[in-house]
Amino acid sequence: MAVDRRNFIKITGLAALGGAAGKEAMDALAQSEAKFSPMDNALHGKRWAMAVDLKKCKKDNGCKDCIHACHSVHNVPDFGNPKDEIKWIWREPYEKAFPDQENEFVPDDLLHASAPLLCNHCDNPPCVRVCPTQATWKRQDGIVMMDWHRCIGCRYCIAACPYGSRSFNWRDPRGADAEGKPYIKEQNPAFPTRMKGVVEKCTFCDERLAKGLKPACVEGCKQAALVFGDLDDPESEVRKLLRENFSIRRKPGLGTQPEVYYIV
Amino acid sequence: MLENALKGSRRYWGWIAFLAAVIGIGFLCYLRQLHYGLGITGMSRDVTWGFYIAQFTFLVGVAASAVMVVLPYYLHNFKAFGKITILGEFLAISSVTMCILFVLADLGQPMRMVNMILYPTPNSILFWDLIVLNGYLFLNVIISRVMLDSERKGLEPPKWIKPIIYLSIPWAVSIHTVTAFIYCGLGARPFWLTAILAPRFLASAFSGGPALLILLCLILRRVTRFDAGKEPIQKLALIITYAMAANLFFVLMEIFTAFYSDMPEHTIHFRYLFFGIDGARNLVPWMWTSEILGIVSLVLLIVPSTRRNESILTAACAGTFISLWIDKGLAMVVAGFVPSPVGNVTEYWPTAPELMISLGVWAIGFLILTVLYKIALTVREEI
Repeated sequence: MAVDRRNFIKITGLAALGGAAGKEAMDALAQSEAKFSPMDNALHGKRWAMAVDLKKCKKDNGCKDCIHACHSVHNVPDFGNPKDEIKWIWREPYEKAFPDQENEFVPDDLLHASAPLLCNHCDNPPCVRVCPTQATWKRQDGIVMMDWHRCIGCRYCIAACPYGSRSFNWRDPRGADAEGKPYIKEQNPAFPTRMKGVVEKCTFCDERLAKGLKPACVEGCKQAALVFGDLDDPESEVRKLLRENFSIRRKPGLGTQPEVYYIV
Repeated sequence: MLENALKGSRRYWGWIAFLAAVIGIGFLCYLRQLHYGLGITGMSRDVTWGFYIAQFTFLVGVAASAVMVVLPYYLHNFKAFGKITILGEFLAISSVTMCILFVLADLGQPMRMVNMILYPTPNSILFWDLIVLNGYLFLNVIISRVMLDSERKGLEPPKWIKPIIYLSIPWAVSIHTVTAFIYCGLGARPFWLTAILAPRFLASAFSGGPALLILLCLILRRVTRFDAGKEPIQKLALIITYAMAANLFFVLMEIFTAFYSDMPEHTIHFRYLFFGIDGARNLVPWMWTSEILGIVSLVLLIVPSTRRNESILTAACAGTFISLWIDKGLAMVVAGFVPSPVGNVTEYWPTAPELMISLGVWAIGFLILTVLYKIALTVREEI
């Protein structure tokens, strides 16, 4: 839990007024600080967002660096069939990614481009609205999170997500195929593997942000086509890019306010 | 009273043994599913709800339809339904039980089901569904138990049961409305995004459920000494007629809205159902069967002479039931997922284990129904 100076003064002020109860609150605060404070170099943001510069991405159309970076660091299994497929970030042709940008005469290179798609970390996420166990929720910094231990696997969030960003573990991702090849080719011990029967998706690399690192896909992109930052900070690189370029979002008409912007 | 279920003819026990066998096979398949995961079903990344949730949706309707005998009997004192009201309530009990089991079968982590109670989430429609389904089960158990008990003792039912019966009437409507809300609030699925979904669900429920009840009454007349009589069956047939007419009217309204506006998002799912898209036409023959059966049955129900003929009425009820089962228990849920939000067309068809688990749940429902009917009819015979 991040406590900035203003909140700190507010809480301590109230605590002082509260007297004895205030002491307890102070203790609790001190304790929570000790227990939960993120690492000193953690990245802080109020409205995390990503900008995908399709102009740069097109240069290496079909490149899978971002997908590879994400899927290997997060132990995303590969079952070798589309039925059971799990994906956190993937590519779709332009017209599938942006069905409401239908226009017969878009520039050729755009028409034949494929866009990297991921969870949009919507400001108004329909998946969070429908989850019956609060296994998916929105953090204060805008990241839509997923608790793999609480998920009951009802898949209501998948039905609600207009972007196809959520995957379900139809079978055990920790298992192996008939030839004994594990579905997770190389396990990253620093990140948990999931179990069968739960939903998973991109989390904007919350675990890396806590360590002061940028999301894996951003780091993995050689073209620097993916840019991550805080929309609340007018000086951030994302804001600069969005200020200077025309960008589109997926299915804006649904009112979900997606936080992944595509610069065309 | 309950001991009546333990005394029966050889045919009774034969039927129970058959159901137990089906339940056993279903349970073995369920164990297999628990071990392997839901990947054992035909569901996929694109079609994430299938046969289980469709059965659940259909059966909520059957459960809700009990109100079609409860309401005239208790609210309007319509005496002709006196003999069959308890049959309707028992049908509701077994249907709701099946609904809950189908939801359980559909969960990826069923052992975590209690999370829905530990972390109550009022913004999720599933939370409300849990409340209305269990509440409805509870109401029907109490009402049928108290009413049957006083009937056996030849006493007037206690006064406190009346408000509970009245409560059960709007509650029945609520279970199917909430089920419709599970679907119709999702911007991601234009096929379900229609304000008429709840009324449509209710109309199909109030025709499909009573159709099953008529069929059950006719079966009971054959295999037991119980005869519901002509009048209540004819009255039920009238209810089915009006509800089915409303249901088909609602379907036509949906089709008009989608196709006259000609918005691709809204037409494409209907195109998939009735004509198929991109060579995917799994549901096409089923949908046409459903529509034709529905229309023919409705005509047979509307024409007084065919409605009064009990063998034709039987066929019309069977037609109505099958038509609505295809519509709600097969197509309704799947069509919402095809095509997917990015336009991928992935077909769905239930696998053998999935069907066996579903059959097992249906058999549990029929087992509960058989036992409850056995108790009720034995009590009647003793009076």
